Amino acid sequence: MVRMILTGNESAAWGARLSKPKVVAAYPITPQTSIIETIAEFIANGEMGARYIRVESEHSAMAACIAAQNTGVRTFTATSAHGLTLMHELLIWASGARLPIVMSVVNRAMAPPWSVWTDQLDSMAQRDTGWIQIYSENNQEVLDSIIMSYKIGEKHHILLPTMIMEDAFILSHTAEAVEVPEQKLVDEFLGEYEPAFKLDPEDPGGFGSLIMPEGPYMEFRYKMALAMDEARNEIRKVSQEFGELFGRHYPGLLEEYRTDDADAIMVVLATIGSTAKDVVDIMREKGKKVGLARVRYFRPFPYEEMRELAKKTDMLGVVDRSHTFGYGANLYTETKGALYGHSSIPVKNYVMGLGGRDITPSVLEKVFDDMLKIAKEGQVDREIEWVGLKGDERWS
Amino acid sequence: MRKLTIPEEEYMLPGHTACLGCGAAIAMRYVLKALGKNTIISIPACCWAVIPGVYPRRTLKIPLLYTAFEVTGAAISGIREALNAMGKEDVNVVGFAGDGGTADIGIQALSGAVERGHNVFYIMYDNEAYMNTGIQRSGSTPMGAWTTTTPGGKKRMYKWEPKKDVAEIMVAHHIPYVATATIGYPEDLIAKIKRAKEINGPKFIQILSPCPTGWRHSPDKTVEISRLAVQTNIFPLYEVVNGTYRITVKPKNLKPIKEYLRLQGRFRHLTDEEIEMIQKHVDERWKELLKKERCSNEK
Repeated sequence: MVRMILTGNESAAWGARLSKPKVVAAYPITPQTSIIETIAEFIANGEMGARYIRVESEHSAMAACIAAQNTGVRTFTATSAHGLTLMHELLIWASGARLPIVMSVVNRAMAPPWSVWTDQLDSMAQRDTGWIQIYSENNQEVLDSIIMSYKIGEKHHILLPTMIMEDAFILSHTAEAVEVPEQKLVDEFLGEYEPAFKLDPEDPGGFGSLIMPEGPYMEFRYKMALAMDEARNEIRKVSQEFGELFGRHYPGLLEEYRTDDADAIMVVLATIGSTAKDVVDIMREKGKKVGLARVRYFRPFPYEEMRELAKKTDMLGVVDRSHTFGYGANLYTETKGALYGHSSIPVKNYVMGLGGRDITPSVLEKVFDDMLKIAKEGQVDREIEWVGLKGDERWS
Repeated sequence: MRKLTIPEEEYMLPGHTACLGCGAAIAMRYVLKALGKNTIISIPACCWAVIPGVYPRRTLKIPLLYTAFEVTGAAISGIREALNAMGKEDVNVVGFAGDGGTADIGIQALSGAVERGHNVFYIMYDNEAYMNTGIQRSGSTPMGAWTTTTPGGKKRMYKWEPKKDVAEIMVAHHIPYVATATIGYPEDLIAKIKRAKEINGPKFIQILSPCPTGWRHSPDKTVEISRLAVQTNIFPLYEVVNGTYRITVKPKNLKPIKEYLRLQGRFRHLTDEEIEMIQKHVDERWKELLKKERCSNEK
């Protein structure tokens, strides 16, 4: 193991390098570029053996990964925002074809207006594509998650692709100390890629044929749903195996921080987690009993963990860095859906940080105070609240 | 006795679901005969996504990857690089796409793939409209044709823009092999695939494939119409090897375009003036091609 100072994007490139994909197909988009540039340097230096297809669009990047993976090799790609949404059609293709492709996604705001800063609408809009989705809190998690994603997705009872998210700039372009595992250890952990099926002239199969309503289309989808449900156990299992081998322990689908006696718990994704943990400590010192739950895997959603979480507290405040326009934001509606019929504690949605607007400790402290007030009163004032709008004195 | 030059081995089995007299079905059969067993094919949304049959039955004896409409170029890039990564450089990788999937929605992925220089075949089977969806106009629909999105009405319509010349677009990519072919000249078609097989790099072959359903002709006229397309010069057969043109079939007795048009219901509405206009367009293109052949051979 070596300790390096790496940005989130360099960590992603290292995660890919250590996992030894045989084909990388990618197209540049800010702020993903340094992932595919770093990979290019690895390949140019002979440190990575992948065939590198510099495609003419993200749509083709995913198409090339699908075709390569279906031919029988491990693949990797990376994208962001408009690139990810351009891929949408093929994201559904990749999971439907049951190909365990691994992709880094740098969460960036969607235009208009143009913005390259962080926002999670891009990946939230891919919720229903059948990909495993993991949101990272730090660069170490970016690197480790890529390795674990190959292991989880490639299991023959799973066979699902995974996207690993990192917040634009907050992680993608910010360097921190990252432990880079030994190649030998990663080889031992992942093993050789063993495709469940492949294009082979010696055993000519057809992949993606026409199917009639009485054909097994619905059964294929049902098997996908079962695989995604089964992925929950596999994530828990592989997180543990990873911890035993590499000494870094990840808490499966949901991470909890000081939740055991909390009056109110904030539910977040990605880097908001690390800021919020500090704020929890500050609040605790002031005698305010708050806790934090960071959802690592948004797909499959940790509904069981969420129900257990609700038993520990009087209120959940769900922070979203995106919105669905028409009702609450994604993490909120998913959380509420998981709790319905299992818990009657108040749940409130805080929409904040869109387009890269900073989520500062002082804003989070105000949100925690609001949550504690709701916990005490037992009911939500406003179900969905936008926090940090210009001119709104309440949160500034 | 004349020697049979078409390989006997069949890679397309009976039981396909193409329309009666389908030129695209014949095109696939010849292409596979020329390529042989060691081949992987990728097919996007098009007639050929349906022709192999309904799951789990399949008329092709070679591995087949179905893909989204616009990605054939990217798909064959991915298959090629994966095979090379596994040390299987000897497997033929073929994209087999219709004219809509090639000239229109798939042209970006095609351009990217051939520009990157992957060792792949891209076969455009050209039936000159979106036939699988019911005869809608594509960029490859010829001048004057009726389609369901260019119907004739009180104010008149039809397709009047010239047919997009994808083979020439491919020549402009400076790839090692570009050719046109048609099912009515099977030996020419097979010879071109075999020649392409010897070349490392992107190979593009456009095969004119008459469509009785969409062209509105009798299914027994498919081969005749294919041959007339060459004999009237509306679809000349040529190849471009590393930039050098060679017209492979030069009509001995050139026929007027009217003979080609009158067999097809899609041109039934054309006036004498319009036929004359199409004839002029065909003549000009042929002259251009002759010039290209002459000039490129001078170097």
